Amino acid sequence: MTVVSEPTQTARSTGALPKGRVIGQSKLHLDKAKRPLSERLTFLVPTLYIVFLMLPIYWLFNMSLKTNQEILSGFSLWPANPTLANYMVIFTDPSWYSGYINSITYVVLNTVISVSVALPAAYAFSRYKFLGDKHLFFWLLTNRMAPPAVFALPFFQLYSSFGLIDTHIAVALAHCLFNVPLAVWILEGFMSGVPKEIDETAYIDGYSFPKFFVKIFMPLIASGIGVAAFFCFMFSWVELLIARTLTTTDAKPIAATMTRTVSASGLDWGVLAAAGVLTIIPGALVIWFVRNYIAKGFALGRV
Amino acid sequence: MEKTVNNKAWFMVLPVLVLVAFSAVIPLMTVVNYSVQDTFGNNQFFWAGTEWFVDLLASERFTDALVRNLIFSFSILAIQIPLGIFIALCMPRKGWGVPVCLVLMALPLLVPWNVVGTIWQVFGRADIGLLGYVLNNIGIEYNYTQDPVAAWATVIIMDVWHWTSLVVLLCYAGLVSIPEAYYQAARIDGASKWAIFRFIQLPKMHRVLLIAVLLRFMDSFMIYTEPFVVTGGGPGNSTTFLSIDLVKMALGQFDLGPAAAMSLVYFLIILVFSWVFYTVMTNVGAEKPETKGE
Repeated sequence: MTVVSEPTQTARSTGALPKGRVIGQSKLHLDKAKRPLSERLTFLVPTLYIVFLMLPIYWLFNMSLKTNQEILSGFSLWPANPTLANYMVIFTDPSWYSGYINSITYVVLNTVISVSVALPAAYAFSRYKFLGDKHLFFWLLTNRMAPPAVFALPFFQLYSSFGLIDTHIAVALAHCLFNVPLAVWILEGFMSGVPKEIDETAYIDGYSFPKFFVKIFMPLIASGIGVAAFFCFMFSWVELLIARTLTTTDAKPIAATMTRTVSASGLDWGVLAAAGVLTIIPGALVIWFVRNYIAKGFALGRV
Repeated sequence: MEKTVNNKAWFMVLPVLVLVAFSAVIPLMTVVNYSVQDTFGNNQFFWAGTEWFVDLLASERFTDALVRNLIFSFSILAIQIPLGIFIALCMPRKGWGVPVCLVLMALPLLVPWNVVGTIWQVFGRADIGLLGYVLNNIGIEYNYTQDPVAAWATVIIMDVWHWTSLVVLLCYAGLVSIPEAYYQAARIDGASKWAIFRFIQLPKMHRVLLIAVLLRFMDSFMIYTEPFVVTGGGPGNSTTFLSIDLVKMALGQFDLGPAAAMSLVYFLIILVFSWVFYTVMTNVGAEKPETKGE
């Protein structure tokens, strides 16, 4: 902190802040004058990085538009005869499209459960001190950090004993392990940004707690709820190990369907690529809405 | 913010408590239970004491996987953190470039992990993948299913592709929160670009950077799906990390005792790092209020 404030102090100690500003501005013009070169160079870095990010995705997309023969017969940077046949396979074959339906079902279930239990808890953490609050908050975090591999086998046994194997609710509940803590942390971050005076004013105005929470508080943290829901959706969507362990056929997620195809002998690369492209789309569609909060979400609401 | 003491707040936390206890505490108790017992099948269990733990800590299989995982974690940190800072510094601060950069860079973070594996599995193949094809055609032997070095390179580049954006986004969030006055003051002093970075940007970013380092370390420490899909832990055992080894043991061979002991040791390591992470995070939260407006 002390290091940071140094320049300002120097500026003040010269005792010429207005003058200093003039100098600053003239420098700014100077910067503008020699900008073209440096600007082009700095633009290059993110551009190259984005190209690096997009190349593998483009390659997958490219493959999804080719027939299997074309993929295996020769190497080309773009499809000679773009075809949607691979996508048609997925949309017409129940063993493929039911994978998407299964994934979306348990992901949505999980998101709803996670956010609705996390809301009151996050409020409690952001507003009150209570016995063991810090320990509890830490314990939640350890669950976000827990390796799914540790939990795969015990989950399997736990849900077998309840007869829940191969149901959507089993996966949805299992994913709560890391999504509920995540939602609590993100929501707590957003709620702490709302001044406490708002709560107090509402109580003085005669609002009961539930009415205040739904009518006044939730609209205030609407963006936070959206971001928490997005991250729950996302982390449930990208997880494979637990989802695969807990399902066999009826609730099999699309991700597991894809691994099955990889291990089968007749590798149909085109269909596999098309399935991959389709799994990227949900994330790509909603990312626009959370673009300004994405860092905050990944940092568990702490940026 | 001043918080009021109110033990009734426990009721609001209760649903979370019940749910997470169901999906975390019960499974963990099972693991503890298995870790001290031996079985010959038929649901007959015998007390084994600390046998599995002694075996585990002495076994080369575990220490090798641990060492491999640590090497992996530190190499991706060594690449992703400097690269992430550098890219964040070069990103535009205003205009149409900002949302475009943010959205495109965040895209790999939202790809399902096994699809990340599939993408790189295809991308690296010598016959149908762009990367493998180009590398082999310019004379570099590259085959990630045969050559351990190529397998490691693929797994590391894949992780750089997958997660560097997280570092970029966090650093960028830290950078845009620096008030313009700091840069003006630096300009008055005639500070060089390096000095601006060293004395203004880096100190201002140090908290987000800590978060980035810890998150990246923890997540790479429990990586499973991506390397499993690409290399399956091979060739040989060269890319078998802790999680891959554990799943092999628990679900593949049903060695419940050793697997449970390994789970607990694994979890203990994670717990220590979680505590470090928690301390850092809560300190970040404590010093945050002044800048909350952004």
